[in-house]
Amino acid sequence: MIKTKRNQFGDYMIAFICLLLIFACLLPMVNILARSLSSSEALIRNQVTLWPKGINLEAYRLVLNDSKYTWSLAWTAFLTVICAIFSMFMTTLCAYPLTYENLKGRRFFNGLILITMYFNAGTIPTYLLLKDLGMLNKPVVLIVPYCLSVFNMIIMRSFFYGIPESLRESAEMDGAGPVRVLVSIYLPLSKPVIATLALFYAVGRWNGFSDALMYMNDRTYFPIQLLLYNILKSISSIEIATQEGFATNPGLTETLQAATVVFATVPILLVYPWLQKYFITGATLGSIKG
Amino acid sequence: MQTAVASSFMEKHQKTIKYLKKYWTLYLMLLLPIAYFIIFKYIPMTYIQIAFKKYSIVQSPWQMPWADNNGMEYFIKAFSNRDFIYALRNTLWLNVLDLVVGFPAPIILALLLNELTFKRFKRFTQTVVYMPHFLSWIIISGMALKLLAPGTGLVNIVIERLGFASVPFLNDPTHWRWTYVFLGIWKSVGWNTNMLRAFRANIDPQLYEAAAMDGAGRWRSMWHITLPGIRSTIITLLILSLGHILGSEFDRPYSLTNALVISASNVISTFIYTNGIRGLQFSLTTAVGLFQSVICVIFLFAANALAKKFGERGIW
Repeated sequence: MIKTKRNQFGDYMIAFICLLLIFACLLPMVNILARSLSSSEALIRNQVTLWPKGINLEAYRLVLNDSKYTWSLAWTAFLTVICAIFSMFMTTLCAYPLTYENLKGRRFFNGLILITMYFNAGTIPTYLLLKDLGMLNKPVVLIVPYCLSVFNMIIMRSFFYGIPESLRESAEMDGAGPVRVLVSIYLPLSKPVIATLALFYAVGRWNGFSDALMYMNDRTYFPIQLLLYNILKSISSIEIATQEGFATNPGLTETLQAATVVFATVPILLVYPWLQKYFITGATLGSIKG
Repeated sequence: MQTAVASSFMEKHQKTIKYLKKYWTLYLMLLLPIAYFIIFKYIPMTYIQIAFKKYSIVQSPWQMPWADNNGMEYFIKAFSNRDFIYALRNTLWLNVLDLVVGFPAPIILALLLNELTFKRFKRFTQTVVYMPHFLSWIIISGMALKLLAPGTGLVNIVIERLGFASVPFLNDPTHWRWTYVFLGIWKSVGWNTNMLRAFRANIDPQLYEAAAMDGAGRWRSMWHITLPGIRSTIITLLILSLGHILGSEFDRPYSLTNALVISASNVISTFIYTNGIRGLQFSLTTAVGLFQSVICVIFLFAANALAKKFGERGIW
């Protein structure tokens, strides 16, 4: 590309704007991390900005000793893995048969699935159905009702379309059935899209809040976001704060809240490099189908 | 004659058998996903009739008695409910702000990133600005509560040191609306540029070279090459946004709200939650949900038709 016509000053201006954006994205996270590591006195005196004052790991010790919180972290991690596996299973089962051009009823199935993208029954009908099915307050309600995303299914289907049909045809010549073609040709070639979508589902479950709020009253099965919400909102009402087992010392409550936010964020940041590596493919494929 | 018909029928039949023998496993695979869609997406649609009926906990939706006023009782009730009117107004208000302020943001950022010449710095910028998309609204609201708190939040400390009065970002209805929109941009602006970038890749780099040869500067090549190149994606995203003009997220307003700003933050989704699942007024809230879904579908069709009228591809 010819660059002579472009002025250097403009390039640096743009870089500077981007630098500001990077700062705007990182600042809240750095601030919350600094808060979680600071002493409660420094917090009350508003001395904490981007660097922790009076380093203290008390909040982390308390959070890790809080059985309810650690249990919720472990439970949500378990739930996330189960959800990702189950959702990928369902998504593959749905996407693969629809790639067969000559499958009878393919248009009907496609239509049946696509309609749900544009029209859904609504919050209350879904809630009442789950109630009638007896799924409310059972762990299964956090796994099954949203296990299959039409959008992710379309991404997977587009990826399958990209695999040369000649590969499938030659396997079929050798007498392989659809299942065998899927397992020995399509799945091994689809590792990037499988990784991307599994991570999407996993992040969705880890971040999932409203389904738990609406369908789950049993505190044992509260996922981390719901517990975190209760902890964060407890600042306005002391009675819930003590109910959640946290101290009444305002400075300590502050660091504790910051520490709980950090704990819920860290898993996302840990998988982010992988996400980042793969999601570009995912989003690209998604937008091809529009 | 008859035998010919019979044999052709047999032939057809055999073809079907052969077809099924080859492909029955595909239907078996589809069984679970289709059952999922029917059970969790289509059966709830039969529950929509609750909007026109008197809800009763012991009866199935089919058996419940019709509501008064030819079944329209709960729609009348909804529109004479002050909270619902506010929720409707707030939903529209916030979505229009999101559309006007939030929609151009990723386009501007995409153009900016496109002009960024330092390759490694560009990659780093992308990595950082995509990240907030993967944080939940609960985490973001937790951070925002600390960062924007009047008196103790970092942003307000800075504002006060600069000699201005502290801003009640999340504690005053007007400020809350803008904070809501800004946090939405903060979360999704990077991610949305990713969608545009995919299409940007389709633009022929030779076009830029030719433009540079002809003496086109940064702005001209942006205006004449990059923007037309990503136009169809912009239109698609615009159609989808318009389709959601009366749709409402739940996590975002619900996690950011508090008692002081309820007059601005109560939207349709939170109205349905508080009055339906918490308040047990199932008929009323089903009616409200149905109204919302229908308006969304109408807007989606209208926006799509409009886009096609202007010669765009549309979303179907």
